[in-house]
Amino acid sequence: MDFEPSPEQQMLIDQVRRYVREEIIPLEAKLDPDASELEPADHARLVAKTKAMGLYGIDIPKEFGGPDIDIVTRTLLAIEMAQHRAGLYVPCYGTFGGAGLAQIFEANEDQKERYLYPTLRGEKKPFFGLTEPSGGSDPARAIQTRAERKDNGWVLNGAKIFISGADRAQYGIVFARTDASKGRAGITCFIVDAGTPGFHVRRVVHTLRSSSYATELEFKDCWVSDHQVLGEVNKGFAVANDRLTRQRIPYAAGCIGVAIAAHEMAVEWAKMRSTFGDKLANRQAVQWMLVDNEIDIRTARHFTLEAAEKARRGLPFRTEAAIAKLTASEGGGRVVDRAMQIHGGMGMTKDLPLERWYREMRIRRVGEGPSEVQRVVIAREILGSSLR
Amino acid sequence: MPLRLRLDKPWQPLTAETAARLPGQLGVYQVADAAGIIVFIGQAGARAPFGLRSELQRELGARGPGYQFRVEVNQQYRTRWFELLMVHQADHGSLPADNAKNPPPALGRLSPN
Ligand SMILES: Cc1cc2nc3c(=O)[nH]c(=O)nc-3n(C[C@H](O)[C@H](O)[C@H](O)COP(=O)(O)OP(=O)(O)OC[C@H]3O[C@@H](n4cnc5c(N)ncnc54)[C@H](O)[C@@H]3O)c2cc1C
Repeated sequence: MDFEPSPEQQMLIDQVRRYVREEIIPLEAKLDPDASELEPADHARLVAKTKAMGLYGIDIPKEFGGPDIDIVTRTLLAIEMAQHRAGLYVPCYGTFGGAGLAQIFEANEDQKERYLYPTLRGEKKPFFGLTEPSGGSDPARAIQTRAERKDNGWVLNGAKIFISGADRAQYGIVFARTDASKGRAGITCFIVDAGTPGFHVRRVVHTLRSSSYATELEFKDCWVSDHQVLGEVNKGFAVANDRLTRQRIPYAAGCIGVAIAAHEMAVEWAKMRSTFGDKLANRQAVQWMLVDNEIDIRTARHFTLEAAEKARRGLPFRTEAAIAKLTASEGGGRVVDRAMQIHGGMGMTKDLPLERWYREMRIRRVGEGPSEVQRVVIAREILGSSLR
Repeated sequence: MPLRLRLDKPWQPLTAETAARLPGQLGVYQVADAAGIIVFIGQAGARAPFGLRSELQRELGARGPGYQFRVEVNQQYRTRWFELLMVHQADHGSLPADNAKNPPPALGRLSPN
């Protein structure tokens, strides 16, 4: 497969690259190095700009008002959007809008009116409630939150942990066990409004991602009506799984974007900085670090675009998405680490974005399915086919 | 184990001497009036030239005498700051007076036990 951008794709890439360099990076330079929000007035001004560029809401499907950009192009743009300090978790500070959670597109008409459309208009924010204290790698077995039938609805009891944005969200999708005897076929997905009695955001969970936190949730006799079931009863796991697979492509693209930015910084620094009478760039030890960066970036880019291309063609892409997520998060971590090494003491400071990328990139090997789980997905494919 | 939610160290008078003794590290702080009512929850981020020390010196310069303070050294000053604001809101039903004048956009809701 040839992943060289077409002239049209290159035009969009250049447009987004300019936007990041001319609009985002100068504003970011004035913010706290751990900030994850722009001033509201700046945010509004930049949203108007991305709308004028025709790129606002690029992840929104065309039938819901999105600009109809295919997933390969979106992946190329996501790589660009991540190339600034906050870019791994808040690319361009959300000024390109977002599609919200992929699962909410599975909603029925009534739920679309109440949740999907307000989310696409930027009026409501969702959270994704899957992981529990009992584990997140294998939610089909680990989920202990129960939902029991009562009064044309369901009563939820249990806890969730590491849930991003639940304290600020207007609603969330929450996975609970509706049939204890059926394993993965006994899990249902519910939409829970933030104000529902019995739903509590109990505490902040501080992580390496010190710009924004995760939260711990409690459901205590939290009643939701049948109208809040997303999809079908006992078929929630398929909904969760589909989202996790799709999410791996932009997740990988973000890692690649940050790796490219870190690598470019390392190249510039190596050409400028001298030790023992010569430039770092002339030292083979440093050249090899730069070569390894280049290889990690190209590998991750190739696999991520391959996954996107399969998704674009409507082919199965679960294994490809796992390979993309794995190579981009692991390779991205190595690239940032080498870039820090080449920068010496400066690489450790908050003056440069490297230390934030280093911390946040570490999370990427666990979030959205740890590396080992990606390997499980890939191994299943290899062994499955060899047995056929 | 979850970390301690509230900042419950003893108050110290906010004076030139106490502020000068503070570390130059990142962290969060609270300022209270003479009666112990919290009027402001702040953060000493990476742009503060001498972390908590210069932030509290700035507070003293802006407020004058008659205030008290307490600090927590914390690398995760931003998420801890949001947490302290949300816990205060949950405990008291509102933000401290000086935070309420300029609240952070989209502050979340927390219902700690
Ligand atoms: C900052 C942050 C934000 C998050 N946001 C959300 C969110 O918004 N919503 C949400 O639902 N979750 C969220 N998560 C949770 C995240 O998805 C889980 O942490 C992740 O899926 C792993 O689950 P776990 O932590 O329970 O680890 P466990 O499932 O307990 O696994 C522990 C470790 O065991 C290893 N392991 C697991 N399975 C295997 C295997 N088969 N073979 C070999 N080794 C294995 C892996 O190294 C893994 O890291 C977030 C996590 C973080 C850190």
